[in-house]
Amino acid sequence: MLTDITIGQYVHGDSVVHVLDPRIKIIITIILITSLFLIGNFWGFAIFLSFNLVVIKISNLPFKKVLKGLKPIVFLVLLTVILHIFMTRGGEVLFQWKFIRIESEGLYTGTFMASRILLLIMFTSLLTLTTSPLQLTDGIEYILKPLKKIGVPASEISMMMTIALRFIPTLMEEAEKIMKAQKARGADFESGNLIQRAKNLIPLLVPLFISAFRRADELALAMESRCYQGGKKRTRLHIMNINRRDITALILAIALAVVVSFF
Amino acid sequence: MSLLELENVEFKYHGQTEPALKDINLTVDKGEFVAIIGANGSGKSTLAKLLNVLLRPDKGDILVENINTKNKKQIWEIRKNVGMVFQNPDNQIVATMVEDDVAFGLENIAVPSEEIRERVDHALELVGLTGYETHETHKLSGGQKQRLAIAGIIAMEPSCIVLDEPTAMLDPQGRKEVIETIDFLNKEKDITIILITHFMEEASIADKVYVMNKGKIESQGPPAEVFEEIDYLRSINLDVPAVMEVANGLKSKGMKIPEILTIDGLVDALC
Repeated sequence: MLTDITIGQYVHGDSVVHVLDPRIKIIITIILITSLFLIGNFWGFAIFLSFNLVVIKISNLPFKKVLKGLKPIVFLVLLTVILHIFMTRGGEVLFQWKFIRIESEGLYTGTFMASRILLLIMFTSLLTLTTSPLQLTDGIEYILKPLKKIGVPASEISMMMTIALRFIPTLMEEAEKIMKAQKARGADFESGNLIQRAKNLIPLLVPLFISAFRRADELALAMESRCYQGGKKRTRLHIMNINRRDITALILAIALAVVVSFF
Repeated sequence: MSLLELENVEFKYHGQTEPALKDINLTVDKGEFVAIIGANGSGKSTLAKLLNVLLRPDKGDILVENINTKNKKQIWEIRKNVGMVFQNPDNQIVATMVEDDVAFGLENIAVPSEEIRERVDHALELVGLTGYETHETHKLSGGQKQRLAIAGIIAMEPSCIVLDEPTAMLDPQGRKEVIETIDFLNKEKDITIILITHFMEEASIADKVYVMNKGKIESQGPPAEVFEEIDYLRSINLDVPAVMEVANGLKSKGMKIPEILTIDGLVDALC
């Protein structure tokens, strides 16, 4: 069933990492990712990796799930390694066969870049694994708040994200229904080459779009009748509080960033 | 003083020659349960939108707690007072989580956070959804979704709730849940209800029924009186419930039975 998918990859839990304030988590992620680009050798990566593993351990995340998140970028990582191995010149010649030549510098830079990308994805996925999409949108809204002064519609952006999240399962369900209805009328979604298949999706997409627009119209009416007035001052049910735990986590993260940047 | 007053209201959609509503006169008092019935295209949904200032009348006046809906400055005040529940349960739920959706309206009118919590809990209790606070909204049944929508409205403490065919897309079970909730809110909590529907059975629990046809109110009165005119109701494309048909048939054959509106009522009268 299409509707069984979970939005994002959030794993429910109540560990220290889960309950940290989403704003702090986003800021920590940004700080540590920046530091990842300042790391100059493998020792730095080793420290970063062990930190990653500790975080995974205390947040009780299944390690397999974290690894699974790396799958989509395997191709990119391999490509980086291969390109560097064959293209980057310098150091001793390790292997030569006709015009193919591998030099030590290439091997080093290749693995270095690969480690950087893997750690980057692994660490950012920890944020989405331990923070529900709803908390993430709330966090993003608060972080964007200062930008309101220069005209960034922070609360509207967060409202858009919330509604998008809310309607993903609804539209999935709808897509499934339309697909069945069209199949019953003889539509074929499975055979043919790529172009043929893309063309076959038209009888699915047209009704889906029309219904999405109708929904949007009705939802706008419902929101207006519940006094929604765009970016005007709103209060919140859930107030985010930064407590000592959050501050400690932030200080730790900054310390780590400083330390690894020296390597 | 009436809560809602409509005087000679007329409304025409842009680009149409025939007005959707003509000469509507209607008053609703505090605590009343009013049902508006009519077939498709009779103008009943247009009427609902006029009450909430989603539309404004071309002619005539609509007064909500003495505020004219033509008054553009008070539009949010009116919307706060006239809560609307729509037909499609999916298209009026804004949030992913139940409690967030109930809180949506309160957040919009800038109620302080602690008070939002209290009001959300109370509203969920009134519609029987206590315990569902952190459930995902898309996993609720149709009846639950519609009750959630009602909770979102009562949390805002409006002076009346307008329900525009709230049961049209629900299964019988969901329909029963919603109608029982509405009835409870009116009878026990004294909340003014305006129920727009094309199910006569649902309208039978109201204090007063208005029958709409082709943009006009053609008949009004207590349900027992209005529903006596079975032939007329059928002529304007309304489905007459089987119970009323049976009761009417028995009566025409000379049986003495009282005014029957529900299956239970018929059972009591016959057994």
